[in-house]
Amino acid sequence: MLSKKNKEILLGPLSKNNPVIVQILGICSALAVTAKLEPALVMAVSVTAVVAFANVIISLLRNTIPNSIRIIVQLVVVAALVIIVDQVLKAYMYQVSKQLSVFVGLIITNCILMGRLEAFALSHKPWESFLDGVGNGVGYGIILVIVAFFRELLGSGTLFGYQVIPQQMYDWGYQNNGLMILPPMALITVACIIWVHRSRNKDLQQ
Amino acid sequence: MKALKNYIDKIKPHFEPGGKLSMFQSVFEGFESFLFVPNTTSRSGVHIHDSIDSKRTMTVVIVALLPALLFGMYNVGYQHYLAIGELAQTSFWSVFLFGFLAVLPKIVVSYVVGLGIEFTAAQLRHHEIQEGFLVSGMLIPMIVPVDTPLWMIAVATAFAVIFAKEVFGGTGMNIFNIALVTRAFLFFAYPSKMSGDEVFVRTGDTFGLGAGQLVEGFSGATPLGQAATHAGGGALQLTDILGNPLSLHDMFFGFIPGSIGETSTLAILIGAVILLATGIASWRVMLSVFAGGIVMSLICNWFANPGIYPAAQLSPITQICLGGFAFAAVFMATDPVTGARTNTGKYIFGFLVGVLAILIRVFNSGYPEGAMLAVLLMNAFAPLIDYFVVEANIRHRLKRAKNLTK
Repeated sequence: MLSKKNKEILLGPLSKNNPVIVQILGICSALAVTAKLEPALVMAVSVTAVVAFANVIISLLRNTIPNSIRIIVQLVVVAALVIIVDQVLKAYMYQVSKQLSVFVGLIITNCILMGRLEAFALSHKPWESFLDGVGNGVGYGIILVIVAFFRELLGSGTLFGYQVIPQQMYDWGYQNNGLMILPPMALITVACIIWVHRSRNKDLQQ
Repeated sequence: MKALKNYIDKIKPHFEPGGKLSMFQSVFEGFESFLFVPNTTSRSGVHIHDSIDSKRTMTVVIVALLPALLFGMYNVGYQHYLAIGELAQTSFWSVFLFGFLAVLPKIVVSYVVGLGIEFTAAQLRHHEIQEGFLVSGMLIPMIVPVDTPLWMIAVATAFAVIFAKEVFGGTGMNIFNIALVTRAFLFFAYPSKMSGDEVFVRTGDTFGLGAGQLVEGFSGATPLGQAATHAGGGALQLTDILGNPLSLHDMFFGFIPGSIGETSTLAILIGAVILLATGIASWRVMLSVFAGGIVMSLICNWFANPGIYPAAQLSPITQICLGGFAFAAVFMATDPVTGARTNTGKYIFGFLVGVLAILIRVFNSGYPEGAMLAVLLMNAFAPLIDYFVVEANIRHRLKRAKNLTK
């Protein structure tokens, strides 16, 4: 089940082959949903679920999909899964679903999804595709959560909505950094993560 | 001087490779060339067009900043004592001392944080220490309100030096003006400390000095703040912090609330004369920033509806004297690193800075002052302007060559 090769498929995207900080995919949603930890986490789980199951379905169908219309078939599969995720969120996590608004729907256009389907699922067996989907989803999610952690902590002084920075600090003159809430700081935070990551993995440097 | 030179020559071997302090070589070199002209200057070659090096350039800019800085210190004290109603019975030197003590910590914080990061980065990369922060470190305290907390200045300076300068490769490689990135960071991160009525006049005491009760009717709004919030469309009368009407005279000499170094157009003009006489700054940029500001103010005077955009009523000369416009024109837009480099490009660059500054002031009441955003935006476009100027020149010459060979 988890041979050495499969382990590589599952764990590679977490660091050396990370979709966000190495392949620079999915940046758009990393900007949009990371002002707070909770929506970032929900988004990470949603994307992981969609990419894992889309990978499996496309992998099962890979021998029957005509090559000329494969993108449309992939879109239909992904769209169906996204609608399911969207409905589940609306049913059970209405507040978060409102915060995520269009970005759940926009999972369809997330480059990571099409990239994995095209590059991996079309040429691999279902189990491996599933592991690849989970790996990439989690790799994407880790970055989202790290970015959201810093943005929420420095921008709002909270984590998951709970006040972390004590009132004492505010009395001494500390203020939340309003810039962290604005999208530019998400890019700069991602850039910092890439900076640290590349300096630890010399082989990734160009 | 001789003794100092001897001392430096004596300790120099310790900093050479192999010496016991060799890891601090770049720090030593930085100080040595700050004090004395390096022994190894270029002596031949076509690239020499001036005997001045970048350290000397920076020193001249600092000298040019001094009038505005000293006046800014005085004005901080002036506004404070005006606000507590004790201006008449306070001596000139006490007023200045109050401002000096209020501003000095900001200068120290800005230099310590900025130079600390620069020195560390230079040691880590085994580079020479570069002198670019000498000017930025002086500009930063001059473009913030007097009541900005020190830790905010420290955070913003660190952010600007790391993300706007070091990651681009250090002095001379930055795309955006460091001091303005610092200010923009403060402005967007801590808006309540960078705009509004409560930060531009120090109402509390400074190190126990000048404590007192605010007089009745005090309002700390800057003239541009008043213009931006003026409602109703009636005639706009700018007032000082006690509610007395402001004359153009006050605005020109700078007895108005505002960021520390930006209030006095006169002091800034003295700086401009120093910069232009020594040939450090480009007159093309300065001139065209003022031209752009005047043109845009006139357009606003004629066409904008003062009921919706109250700041459109201000005459061109008032627009130039108020806020950070003159400061941005003289010290920010003329930054040779982030501005346009071709001569035609300098005219376009400067003109658009002037136009945008007034445009933002008048048409976006959320930002009473537009000079910072105008310069930063045009910094981003400066390479594009240069590109088109160079391309146009190439086309022009090709055409001429074709006509000759016909």
